[in-house]
Amino acid sequence: MGLQGKYNPPNPLKGEHKAKNSPFRGLRGFKDKDMQVIIGWILRAGVTISMLIVFIGGIFFIYRHGGSIPDYHVFKGVPWFIHNTNGIINATLNFKGQAIIQLGIILLIATPVIRVAFSAIGFIIEKDYLYTAITLIVLLIIVGSMLSGHAG
Amino acid sequence: MSVIVFTVILLLGSYFAGLLGSLTGLGGGFVIIPLLTLLLHVDIHYAIGASLVSVIATSSGSAAAYVKEGITNIRLGMFLEIATTAGAFTGAIIAIYIPTQFIAILFGLILIFSAIISLRPKAEQIAHRQTWLSKKLKLNGSYPVNDHMVEYGVSNIAGGFFMMIFAGIISGLLGIGSGALKVIAMDGIMRIPFKVSTTTSNFMIGATAAASAVVYLQRGYIHPGLAMPVVIGVLLGAISGSKILVNATSSTSLRWIFAVVITFVAVQMIYNGIAGKI
Repeated sequence: MGLQGKYNPPNPLKGEHKAKNSPFRGLRGFKDKDMQVIIGWILRAGVTISMLIVFIGGIFFIYRHGGSIPDYHVFKGVPWFIHNTNGIINATLNFKGQAIIQLGIILLIATPVIRVAFSAIGFIIEKDYLYTAITLIVLLIIVGSMLSGHAG
Repeated sequence: MSVIVFTVILLLGSYFAGLLGSLTGLGGGFVIIPLLTLLLHVDIHYAIGASLVSVIATSSGSAAAYVKEGITNIRLGMFLEIATTAGAFTGAIIAIYIPTQFIAILFGLILIFSAIISLRPKAEQIAHRQTWLSKKLKLNGSYPVNDHMVEYGVSNIAGGFFMMIFAGIISGLLGIGSGALKVIAMDGIMRIPFKVSTTTSNFMIGATAAASAVVYLQRGYIHPGLAMPVVIGVLLGAISGSKILVNATSSTSLRWIFAVVITFVAVQMIYNGIAGKI
């Protein structure tokens, strides 16, 4: 820690000045920049589209149930027709507000996961296999969490 | 209270939660969960589910802007996401099995802790030295300051990684972004510049929250009737907050007010938890 605050330039004796993967990523060229643009676009599109779906679902929900009394005091899970994907799709086709909202929320949760998946593709294109592996581990943890059998 | 009145109250409350969360940098979950549980008497599992969804929306929305500016260290974020997603999954599993009153007490404690952290004067210490591991993992980076690129290294990667596992567990357990813990890991332990640590932590929150949200979704913790107003309100509040922040020069007094309010709320959460009312 004694060296903190001092800037150590790349050491030419160790070949750091011409290392292919320079530690200074700002100099690394075009591909990382490309990935940043794509990731930014995915995140923005995912949030915008899912929020729009949630909003539309909200209108249907309030139109149908606006006058009823909500009860969230005791935990009862969610309504039966949105327990699984098939149910949500069927109920969405019947314009059930809560199903449309849930569809939007699932898309919202999927947005960062899609971002992770696209990063993996990006790292493959960059031939950065270390980070392809790291990204796949993250993806595996999220998918593992989804399939972990704690669905209740 | 009818659904429409409840929804409007929740929309307004969530808007202020998002606004405050964005202005103080603590995130909207800190206000949403007490609002739902203490004031509206919503079950804490529902509250955590709704908060988690709003966390994904705000972090993804702002990460989109930061990533394009090239400040976010994507490799560092991806690497640390191994720790945070694994932690978040663990946290979500723990949340299923521990009594809700423990969740409330823990929430109160983390709340007080985060308020203290946000008030503490921060001294930026940037690690310019590059360790063997940070080179191996390609974690060192550079970021733009006044039109020129400033280079930085990353120190104590193992320490930061373990802190991130803990941040992930808290995030999955309480349905918050646990930004304060991530900042400790990055600023305090790994010695990363503030601008990089805040944007990278924000970048990681989405994937971290998704890892526990997939469990919560299947358990029925994410109720559309609650999540809809919360996610819309928090997101709009956070957008307003980011626009105010651009114009404001200092928010020190705001931080103090928020810290006092937060401590009061935290004590309420702990009291209700101990009394078994949550």
